Formats: sequence, structure tokens, C-alpha cells
Amino acid sequence: MNIWLNFLIDSLAFGATFMYGSTGEILTEKAGHLNLGIPGIMCMGGAGGCLMLNLIGKSGLPPFLIVLLGILASLLMSGLMGLIYSFMTVTLRANQNVTGLALTTFGVGLMKVIMSKMDATVYLVGPKMFYRWPFAGRQDALQCLGVLFFLAIIVAVASSYILFKTKVGLHLRAVGENPATADAVGINVNRYKYVATCVGSAIAGLGGFYYIIDYMASQEAYLSLEAFGWLSIALVIFALWRPHMTIIGSTVFGFLFSCSSYITNIDWIHVTMAMKPILKMLPYVVTILVLIISSVRNKRENQPPSSLGLSYFREDR
Amino acid sequence: MSQHTAENREPLVHLSKRPTIHPVKSALIRLAAIVLGLAVCGLVAFLLIEKIRENPGKIWDFYNAFIKGAFSTPRKFWKFLRSTAILLGIALALTPAFRMRFWNTGAEGQTLVGVLGAIAVSFYLGDKVPEGVLLMLMLLAAMLSGAVWGVIPALCKAKWNTNETLFTLMMNYVATFLVSYFLVIWVPNGSSSLPKMKYGKLPAIGGNDYLLPILVVLFLTIALYIYVNYSKHGYEINVVGESVRTAQYVGINVRKVIIRTMILSGMLCGLVGYLIAAGMDQTVTTNSVGGQGFTAIMVSWLGKFNPLFMILTSGLIQVLNQGAAQISQDFNVSGALPAVITGIILFFIIGCEFFINYELHFRGRHGRAQAKKEGVK
Repeated sequence: MNIWLNFLIDSLAFGATFMYGSTGEILTEKAGHLNLGIPGIMCMGGAGGCLMLNLIGKSGLPPFLIVLLGILASLLMSGLMGLIYSFMTVTLRANQNVTGLALTTFGVGLMKVIMSKMDATVYLVGPKMFYRWPFAGRQDALQCLGVLFFLAIIVAVASSYILFKTKVGLHLRAVGENPATADAVGINVNRYKYVATCVGSAIAGLGGFYYIIDYMASQEAYLSLEAFGWLSIALVIFALWRPHMTIIGSTVFGFLFSCSSYITNIDWIHVTMAMKPILKMLPYVVTILVLIISSVRNKRENQPPSSLGLSYFREDR
Repeated sequence: MSQHTAENREPLVHLSKRPTIHPVKSALIRLAAIVLGLAVCGLVAFLLIEKIRENPGKIWDFYNAFIKGAFSTPRKFWKFLRSTAILLGIALALTPAFRMRFWNTGAEGQTLVGVLGAIAVSFYLGDKVPEGVLLMLMLLAAMLSGAVWGVIPALCKAKWNTNETLFTLMMNYVATFLVSYFLVIWVPNGSSSLPKMKYGKLPAIGGNDYLLPILVVLFLTIALYIYVNYSKHGYEINVVGESVRTAQYVGINVRKVIIRTMILSGMLCGLVGYLIAAGMDQTVTTNSVGGQGFTAIMVSWLGKFNPLFMILTSGLIQVLNQGAAQISQDFNVSGALPAVITGIILFFIIGCEFFINYELHFRGRHGRAQAKKEGVK
């Protein structure tokens, strides 16, 4: 029984990476912008936080401040990346796919350059314990949950609340569905697009920070981060554009991703080496199936925002 | 943003679409963007590379390396031509789909399964059939696998209007893990790197290993230029891209066009995969395509989906790549630097399209001064 509990908690902890990434991407997509820069943004969010921890990791500041400053630096860096993206796609009306891909190229590259110069003993060893509050030092599986994990759940639920229960969320969804109509009723389309993209990016960046500093907590963690950025974009579809659904979705994804290492420990399931890649393929196959099924059923509330991927120019009509 | 800062007055900047632009003017705008981008790259290099920070004079070596990386020796130049050809090949494969506004983000996967298909044939049949037959079979396998990978999303798009951007994106990862699955099967010792195949290597023309892929892609460029501009198929693709309703009204079978075009697109990706497998690598890894499938999307878009312009854009990106690789070697910095530099230049090229497509009208002289200030920011 214990191994299954460990497995569940590990899946949850792993999933928090995607929870941040896809919650951020959902906010952006709800404003009508398909941000393929998320992998780059998550990488830079991680790099930003680690840069700050590199500065203050051994300074003897109170743990609370170290945790807070790391999070703020991460938010700031990924928010800046979001600002680049929204400046290009909203103000300059550039193609969103191309801009996003360029942002990913840039972000992943810059993160690798920055991270390869830093000393992991400073940004990792001390701060990691602070981020694992309140479970730091425990011997059981709970020790891998911490501040950032709980923050991920709070952010996902809060985003859902804002999107679906408040006026701001209603306006935001209107912008993503039909910007021309939203503009006509007096909603400031560009402001909504900017804010949603920057806030979404900032949230996604935390996912990268969490992955490097907390979940993996290793010096090489940053090298594998990009793939999980793409997985976050997949998770948006899986969650049908509802942030609170990412909590379930990311656990499933985390489960599928880490089961290849757990299942080999259980002797009554015979798993060959060749099965591992197939198990890792499952999250993507499941996403494709969800995408197809939701398009076959064609229920309006399960579709991508109607104007997803299109730039808006008021005088274009 | 600036047009919203003063809502109750006349806006600071008024935008309008340019009906036409003189080709020289648009070329100058693009050139200015690249120069600006390079300047920003210099700034970033100053921040990231210690040797330049200590001795700012070295910044000229930095810029020099861009030329050195691609043009200093014949071998580097041939390598540059071949890598340009491969990138251009993938971008060409994407172009018919893009002209149809089918946002195929799956070129990476379609090319990768092409590599995988070719290598699979060589792995299982390598010593059983003559080399010439083997090469033909590899080509068929590569094009078939690419086409299959491309047509699955197209079928769903045609039947249920499934979002193709996300679908094709996911197919990339399925392809990646498919490759690692076969690597585990083929390489029993667990190192999962497949040694080079002994059979199924494209012949070197006149002793030059690089020439054949270049010639194939050159031929492809011309063929595709004719296909999209002067054939009935190309016309149908354009009509579907402009408006699906118009296409239906004039009696074009939209579903058929979508499926046919994606078969073509995937098949050409598979062809490039074949060039990589039989002409260069002789093996397959999960990184055989190395992100070029994504870069090709930008190449095609920056080249305005015109095969001839795309020669320029793919060449530019490869100059940047090889130059930046030279820089990481010369200055002993992380191998990730090319991505940073390519990213920065791409931002500027993508951004400058705005100034080509739109005209800015400033409000009076006061507004102009203010706008200049904002422009500096």
C-alpha cells in the first residue's frame, strides 16, 4: 500500500510543474493568444529564480524572505518574457506561432547559458529546505511537498474562480472569443490581452522554478525542463481550458510520466525496457484523444477560444 | 499600447494598413531590423561572455565569427550549404499546408518518422537486397511514414475540424518516443545509441558528400514554386486558405484539398528525413531533426510562404547558427549560445513585419518627439 501512496504523492508533486505551466497558458489562451513560448518562459522563470537565490542563498536572510524573493524574481523574469511576447503579438500583431517558437528558442538557450555559469551548491542546497516548508526533513513521501506545491493548487483554483465567476473573467473570455464584439461593448481589448499574457507567463515561469529548485532539486534539472513546457501546452487541451481541471490533469500526467520508474519496482507487473518509452508516450496520446473526442462531440464549452491564434486589428473589418 | 494612453484626445499614433510598399523600402526595413538585432546581440554578448567584458575590443571578433563560422573554409561553406538545404527542405514541405492556413506545427515529427522509416528499412533489409533497391525502399518508407504522420491530423481536421496546431504539435512527441522505443529494441545493450548503418548510403557526387542533398532541395524549391503558383492544386490551396466558404461555393472539395495537401506536406518532410538518414547521419536518434522542424516554421513564415524567399531566410538562420557555434567555440561559452542569438535576431525580423504592413501617422510635432522617446525604450 505504501508504494501506491508514495506513487500518488510523487505524481502530485511532479504534476505541479505542469499545473503552473498550463494554468498560465490557459489564461493566455483565454485572451485569444496561443503562446508556444511557454517552454522558453518556464525555463526563464526557473533561471530568474535561481539567479536571485544565487545572490542571496548564503546571505543568512530569514528563510521566509529567501523563499519570497526567489518567487518574486522568478515571476519577474517570466513576466518580462510574457511582455516581449505580448508586445510582439498584440502591439506589433506578429504571427503568434512564430513569435512563440522564437521565444522558446531564445528562452531555452538563455536559460542554459545562465544556468551553466551558476554554482548549484548556492542556489540549491540551502534554499531547497526552505521551499519544502512545512514538511522539510520528514522521512516519508510527504517531504517532497512544499510551499510551491500548495501555491500551484491555490493559483489554479483562484484562476478558475476569476475566469468563470467574476466580471473580469467574463470580459477576458469575451476578448478571446470575439475581440471585435468585446471592443464594441467598451472592453479595452489590448489591455486584457497584455495583462492576461503577462500574468499567465509569470505563473508558468513559477513551474520552471519549482521543477529546478524543488521537484528535481538537482544540478542537471534545467536540461530536461523544456520537454515539460510542451507537456504543459498539451495539458491545456486535456483540462479543456479550465484551470482547476489542471490539478487532476497534471496528476494524471505526472502519474503516466513517473509510472515507468515505479512499475518496474512491482514484481507482478512484467515491464520490459521497451515499454518505458511507450508509457512516456501515453500523456501525448491521451491528449490527442481528448482533442479528437472534444472536437467530435463539438460541445461549445469544451472548444478552444474561437479567436485563438488570430491577431486583432480594430480597423481590419 | 500607445494608442490607448490618451483616450479622450486624438491618439498619439494612428495606424493604417499600407496598401503597397516599395520593395526597396521593405528590404531596407528588414535590413535595419537585422542590424539592430545584431547590435542587441553584441550587448547580450557583452553581458554573457566574460572575455568580452574584460576586453571590449574583442567585440569585433564576436561579429567576425558570424562570417568565419560559415565561410572561412570550404568545408564550413559546404556544411553551411547542406544545413541550409535541409532546413529549407522542411520549410518547403510546410509551405503548401501553411498557404492553406493549416498550421502544421508537426514538421519535426513528420521528418523524424521519415528518418526512422528509412533507417528501419536499412536495419532489417540492409544485407538482404542490393544497395540501389535498398535506397529506393528507404525512400518509399520515409515518404510513406511522413505522409501517415501528416495525414492523421488532416483527416481529423477535415472530418471534425479538430485543432490542427495542437494535434500536429502532440504528434511530434509521439514520434520522439516511437524512436526511443525502436532504439531500445534495436540496441539490446541498453546504451540506446544505434551505430551507423553499413548499408543504404547515398552516393557522393564527384567525391562530394554534401552535393546530393543540396541538389535535391534545389530541385524541390523550383518544383514547389511552380506547384503553389501555377498549378490547379496550388490555386485550390490558396482559395481554401483565403476562405473556406468561397472554396465551397466555387465547388472545391475542401476536405479533399486538406487531406491531399497534408499528404504532400508530410511526404516531403519524410523526403527530408530520408536525406538526413541516407545522406548524412546513417542512424537515428531522438534528436535527429534537432528542432529544425520548428525553425522551419519560422523560415516558411518569414519567407512569406514563397519558396524563393525562403532560400534567403533559411540561409540567414544557418549563418547565424554556424556563426554562433563558432563564437561558443572561440570564446569558450555554453553551446546554447546559438539559440539565444537566433532568438534575438528572429524577434527583430518578426517585429519589423509590422512596419512593413502598417503605416504610422503621428499626431503633430509634439507627438512625434514623444513617440521617438517611446521608440528608444
